[in-house]
Amino acid sequence: MSEFSYEIVIGLEVHVQLKTKTKLFCRCRTEFGNPPNTQTCPVCLGMPGSLPVMNKKAYFLGMRTALALNCGIPKFTKWDRKNYFYPDLPKGYQTSQFDLPMSEEGYLDIKSTKDEFEPRRVRIIRAHLEEDAGKSMHDEAAGKGDSRIDLNRTGTPLLEIVSYPDMRSAAEAKAYMQELRLLLTYLDVSDCNMQEGSLRCDANVNLHITTDDGVIATPIVEIKNMNSFRSVERGIEYEAKRQYDVWQETGKVLGELPKQTRGWDDSAQVTRSQREKEESADYRYFPCPDLVPVIVTDQQIDEVRQEIGELPSALRERLQNEFGLTIYSADVIVNQGLSLVEYYLELAAAAGDNKLAGNWVQGEVLRILNDQEIEIEDFPIDAGRLAELLQLIQTGDLDSSKAKDVFAAMLTSESSAADVVKELGIEKVDEGALEALCQVLVERNQRIVDDVKSGNEKAVGALIGQAKKENPNVNPGQVRQICLEIINNL
Amino acid sequence: MSLTRQDVEKVALLARLKFDEDALDKMTDHMVQIIQYVDKLSELDTEDVQPMAHALDIHNALADDEPRPSLPREEALKNAPKRDDECFRVPAVLGE
Repeated sequence: MSEFSYEIVIGLEVHVQLKTKTKLFCRCRTEFGNPPNTQTCPVCLGMPGSLPVMNKKAYFLGMRTALALNCGIPKFTKWDRKNYFYPDLPKGYQTSQFDLPMSEEGYLDIKSTKDEFEPRRVRIIRAHLEEDAGKSMHDEAAGKGDSRIDLNRTGTPLLEIVSYPDMRSAAEAKAYMQELRLLLTYLDVSDCNMQEGSLRCDANVNLHITTDDGVIATPIVEIKNMNSFRSVERGIEYEAKRQYDVWQETGKVLGELPKQTRGWDDSAQVTRSQREKEESADYRYFPCPDLVPVIVTDQQIDEVRQEIGELPSALRERLQNEFGLTIYSADVIVNQGLSLVEYYLELAAAAGDNKLAGNWVQGEVLRILNDQEIEIEDFPIDAGRLAELLQLIQTGDLDSSKAKDVFAAMLTSESSAADVVKELGIEKVDEGALEALCQVLVERNQRIVDDVKSGNEKAVGALIGQAKKENPNVNPGQVRQICLEIINNL
Repeated sequence: MSLTRQDVEKVALLARLKFDEDALDKMTDHMVQIIQYVDKLSELDTEDVQPMAHALDIHNALADDEPRPSLPREEALKNAPKRDDECFRVPAVLGE
């Protein structure tokens, strides 16, 4: 059978647990990891006669996120009941939003620093506020065929962010998830822990295949259970190949099969068929009579907008344009989170050299953070102390390899860079003495002089080695520069 | 607007209700009557009327994010038809 080219079409539905102390409609705690069924009350257990009350913080965290995603905020929003039966949903319906969501029509821009794809604006259909379900666990050991239900999570506030099907590769979907997660951490609206389920992702995927008779679309499949960035990427790649094979076998196109739900099995690295998706109408959405609508004013929206600090995309641009960092450096620093960016800004200001500060943060500082598995908040050298070290490099008092020795010593002491330099016995070599030394070396090594003169500048490296033997404190950069000057003036 | 027996069967399935043949006939009759009664509303001209989102003319009932004590687990599990020391127990949930 002949091979046809195809395009993968991907839309993502992301569920974000918002960082509130209490649930969306009751004041039970939302803490993760407590003993089963110790965080419930009549409201989240769905007892008859109990009444939900909307969590103010959840609503405003949702709005902050929506604004950062460039969404519009309708003045009037309400909640609806989405009816279905499942043991982890004690009320028999999920309180969600149907026709009047709290936000709509935004976008998130994604870029690849590794040129995996062209920059893309992923449009967002809506972000709405709903409640989480509980957890069901199948008790294999006990056998008996029972499932155990823990309702601690029931009613935890979720923001569901729905994108348009604007992504065209698994790499783009992964980049969207990563950029969204970064944005959410800058906004401080969620813990974004994919393992603990505070950031979850479902993907709607199909193919547009270019056949001899024009472009056809394969039936849409929703992939669930992708609990890491890697599984998002792999799940979509797997599903694309699977859909292509199924199409070659059956020829079935969009509209000829109902929408299917498949779960990603991370250990087997395959997607497996789940229940057939119920048609939207089967959820029998209707306005929740227990909750009253929310109406916001322009002033309230503006106030929330003011709370939003500088976001990753703006910071990357500022680090490139104002601070002269490369796109790669700016990306590395910004992607580590707001605290590292703040450290960098403080360091650059105090040291007076933006690029040098960028190199050190991206190099030595990040290396220590990774090696010791610590956050910048726990990094032993504050920006002010590191700035003193960078100044010693700028004045030529320290070369880069000595600076690294000083840096290493500063990690375990509280001394200033200047004091550590003294403690380590590093002395700056007097300029006159340095020039005299270089003069002697040049005179002693006629062959190297000839080499350099004939265009091989690298040959001067041998002189640096000799200079270091004579005096370990010499700055290699300076030796190189002075020797080259002397040779070129011969 | 009317309602067929198939409609009633579908609604019953969605509500997880089981009826025998007699009950299904009776239920269909009842539901047709209810729908016809409510259908009277369509006689009104609602062309320029905004859909109502809520029966009460109030809005913005919001609570502060301050925790209050939850139920003791024993209380939470008390009404469950089947349970163990920690969890509700239900017939096996298929797949994930």
